Order: sequence, then structure tokens, then C-alpha cells
Amino acid sequence: MKETPLSNCERRFLLRAIEEKKRLDGRQTYDYRNIKISFGTDYGCCIVELGKTRVLGQVSCELVSPKLNRATEGILFFNLELSQMAAPAFEPGRQSDLLVKLNRLLERCLRNSKCIDTESLCVVAGEKVWQIRVDLHLLNHDGNIIDAASIAAIVALCHFRRPDVSVQGDEVTLYTPEERDPVPLSIHHMPICVSFAFFQQGTYLLVDPNEREERVMDGLLVIAMNKHREICTIQSSGGIMLLKDQVLRCSKIAGVKVLEITELIQKALENDRKVRKEGGKYGFAESIASQRITAFKMEKAPIDTSDVEEKAEEIIAEAEPPLEVVSNPVLWTPGTAQIGEGVENSWGDLEDSEKEEEDEDGTDEAIILDSIKMDIGVEVSNIGSQDAPIVLSDSEEEEMIILEPDKNPKKIRTQTTSAKQEAPSKKPVRKRKKKRAAN
Amino acid sequence: RGSRARALPDRALVNCQYSSATFSTGERKRRPHGDRKSCEMGLQLRQTFEAAILTQLHPRSQIDIYVQVLQADGGTYAACVNAATLAVLDAGVPMRDFVCACSAGFVDSTALADLSHVEEAAGGPQLALALLPASGQIALLEMDARLHEDHLESVLEAAARAARDVHTLLDRVVRQHVREASVLLG
Repeated sequence: MKETPLSNCERRFLLRAIEEKKRLDGRQTYDYRNIKISFGTDYGCCIVELGKTRVLGQVSCELVSPKLNRATEGILFFNLELSQMAAPAFEPGRQSDLLVKLNRLLERCLRNSKCIDTESLCVVAGEKVWQIRVDLHLLNHDGNIIDAASIAAIVALCHFRRPDVSVQGDEVTLYTPEERDPVPLSIHHMPICVSFAFFQQGTYLLVDPNEREERVMDGLLVIAMNKHREICTIQSSGGIMLLKDQVLRCSKIAGVKVLEITELIQKALENDRKVRKEGGKYGFAESIASQRITAFKMEKAPIDTSDVEEKAEEIIAEAEPPLEVVSNPVLWTPGTAQIGEGVENSWGDLEDSEKEEEDEDGTDEAIILDSIKMDIGVEVSNIGSQDAPIVLSDSEEEEMIILEPDKNPKKIRTQTTSAKQEAPSKKPVRKRKKKRAAN
Repeated sequence: RGSRARALPDRALVNCQYSSATFSTGERKRRPHGDRKSCEMGLQLRQTFEAAILTQLHPRSQIDIYVQVLQADGGTYAACVNAATLAVLDAGVPMRDFVCACSAGFVDSTALADLSHVEEAAGGPQLALALLPASGQIALLEMDARLHEDHLESVLEAAARAARDVHTLLDRVVRQHVREASVLLG
């Protein structure tokens, strides 16, 4: 699918909000979104969630023969894939620019900075070395793929254990995980990318842009650092013009952010290691349970309730007095009563849902959504303030809501406990509604 | 290779392609173009020149810049940018300013400007900087390998100074060429 273009008013809105130092999700200019790291059952598998951006990282290893000009070094291979489920705009043939950019940036960040000791991956010089392959898959795109991907890559590498090998003369024995515990990789440092988005020709800057902010930004500056404040990679992209002091300032901010993120990563790795050692349950299934997929969770937002009382009193004062209850029920048989008249039988129109119901009383009728409840007692209720929808029953099924009740008091329906009324069930319904057949 | 579909209604499209000959490096390269590194170089060149060329003056057009490296001895990006600047100026495409680029590195607590292949292969930090000299704005900044934050400023400064020197040279060459050309034209 082609990417939906961003409307001009949305663009203006975002830019104006940024000028006023406001972000749509309430963050400050230098705030990151929530980072969540979860590990799978295999060593080397992890999912990193940066806000809603999700990246899955998986590390695997293989014994191969080394490159000719680097006979004593292992091989590192990185691959980031933009899965089609990440965004509707990602299609198999269409993503090449972004893909190349991200992949090259990741490669430079992780390989050229020598975060992994490749010499330790050598088994037999010139013949057998370990090839470590890091596969990253973007599962959901909500901005700032590069940060999430770099965190996922480094976490997966730190988490990974390779099988143990021993060399005796010419013999190379590869031990399975059951024979000997797998060995972690030797990682010198953890480079983490921090992205800065620039707006209005470099006047405003935001850390960790989300997807909307990325669409309206002028350009992006990515700085990869480790916790020792060494810069591993800098890359400026987009058409922005930077000044030297902007770059220096960004590198200072990046230093602070990287420290926080590195702490978080260490904690997550430590937790997982503890759980595994104690024999507890680990893996993705454990991390999902706490989120309760079946329930929507809404984060509590602080609301200012200081003037609620005054507002409530104002509303009550302005509301009109409740309308009169319609009385005079007509008793047909014991147990069957009717209040109001209803309209003629339109059961025959049930199948034909396109046609609107016959409408005797003209066009401005009350729109009534109804359902007939058999077992739940409902009392005749007064119609309260004019425009508020009134719930007449506390059934979990469709609730009866009366809008504009003052127009046609005749149309007010009530239900008695044992009521099974045919006539009122053929209420004129403006819009086609599923009729709950009284049965 | 300009497709109607990609034309932008308000500005020109800049398309850059980077290709290095198979004999350009010490060992013969098998894939001159189409590999990831060449794609990335092309993207970076495009980004640099989109910022420098006044694209608003040529809506619905496409400007193609093809760069071919014949011999690579370090600083290929910088050389490509400088060459492309001259080419674009010679073609008469309006630009904001010269785009001058230079690479820089850091060895033994000294910042070095314009690294050669041997210095790059040594594995130290390398920085590539493309600059618009008049305003000092950075069109592209790219750095590899580990460099401590405190040294960043000195390396940036070295690269910027070298880029300005390149600018003086390019300026002189362009003016001389125009003078000669106008003499020939009478």
C-alpha cells in the first residue's frame, strides 16, 4: 500500500505544538518513551519495545571458514528486516532506501566500533571460525526504528551463548549444550544509538521522535555512544544543515541518555539470568501474561477536578425539569399491558434490511434503540434531562437509549416484567438496527 | 530513467549514483555497483546535494549526478562530493554555495585531516564532513569507530578547516576556468 500522505493541517498542528515545546504524547523534548525488554526461552532471542515500536532480535552462530584476508577473526553479520506487518507502507519491493540506510547504520555502529571481540571467535586459525549472525525484525513501526534496533541487537548479543568448543591438536570438538554449558560472547562495550529529530531548519530538536514526528521532521541526527562516553557512530540524514555546536550539544545529551538505557539493559539481563539460574519460568510467555491481552489498559491520567462541583451544579441548574410520565396503561390480559400506541407490524420487513421502517408519525421521531428483555425487571423511568441518553435497564445486552424523548411522548416504551409486546417492538427505527426478536 | 511518477510538483528531484571501478582498490572488487555500500553512498550524496542545490527553481525535473571512482586511496566520499560540486557548477545548476568535504581522523591524541587508505585501514575513528563554507553549515556528518566525546570538537574543527581550504582551491579553479572559457568564446 502506498503510504497515506500526511494532511497539511496535521502537519501544521504538529509543527506548531513543537514550537510551543509540546509533544502529542506529553513527553518533554529530551524524554524517551518506555523501553521494555523481554527475553525468549532460547539464548539470544529478545524483543525490545520502545513505546509501540517493537523489534525482535535473534542471534545464531555457525562454524565456517574465515575470510581470506582476516584469517584469525570471526565473522559478524547483521540483518535488519522491515516486516510487512510493521506498517502498511512496507512492501517487499518498496522499502529499499530506508532498509539500506538502517542496515548500513547498524553495521557501522556495531561492527566498526568493535563491540564484540572477533579474535575470540576464532577456533582454528585460517580454517574454522564462528560466524555470528544477528537477525532483527521490525514488528511494529511507531517511529525511531534505529534506536530500538540497536538496543535489540546489543541485548541479543549480550544474552546469547554459543556452544563450547575445544581444540586438541587437529581435532575440534563441538560440545552440545547438554554436555557443556554454552559460553557467552565477549563484548567490550555496548553502543546504543540515540536519534535527534530536527524541525524548522534546525531550530527545534526532539529526542526519540515517534512516527508522526518523523513524518514532519526536516532531518535526523543519529549518535551512537557507549556508557564510557565514546562516540561510536554519527550520522546526519535528511536535508538539514547543522552547526558545529548543535552537534556537540547533541552528543552531550546522547551521553546522558545512553547511560540510562545501559542501566536498564543491565537490569533486564540480570533479572533474566537470575530467573534462569533459580529454575523459574522464563520466556516470552511469561512476559506477556502480565499484560492481560484480553483487557484494554488505559494509563491513569491526572485530571484536574477542582471545578467539577461547580460545573455539575451549573449543568443541573440549566437542565429542564424532567418530563411527565405517561400513564394510562391498557391491560390486555393478565400479564400483558400496553402503554402508548406503537406502530403497525413490520415484522415482514425483517429480511429486507435496506428498507426503512414505515413511519407513521412523520420524520422527526425519536430514535429508539430497543431490545426486549425477558427476565430483567425494568421500571418505567422518568425522562431526565433532555439530551442525556437514559439507560432503562442494566442488562449487559444492548441498552435502551432514548434520544430526544420530548418530541413524541407517545413513543415512549416501557417494559414490564413479563411484557412480551409485539406492537411496540415494531418501533420505527430510523436507522436499520438489528431487531432482537422477542422470543 | 526519469519516471513521471516520481516527479515532485514543487521542486527538482536529485538522483545520485555512486560506482567504483573494479580496479579502484588494491584487490579487485567484483560488484562495482548495486551493493549496499554503493547504495548508501548514493543516498548520502543525494542528501548532501538536495540540501545545497536550489531545487525550488526547477519543479518537476530531475537532476542526475553520477560519480565513478577510478582510484580509491581514502576519503572517497569527500572526493565524490568535491567532484560533484564542480560538475554541478559547470552544468549551471544553481546552488546555495560550494559543497566542500573532507575526512578527518584521530590518532595518538592528534586530529588528522584527509586520511589516506593506509590511515583508514588502521582502524581508528574516521569522520567525513561536508560543509557549506560561507555559512559553516554542515550538510552531512558521518563518523565511524570509537572516539571519545571530548575529542569530537577537535576532529570536527580539523575537518572544517580542511574543507575551507578545499573551498579556496575550488573557487580559484572555477574562476580560472570561467575566465578561460569566456576568452575562448570571445
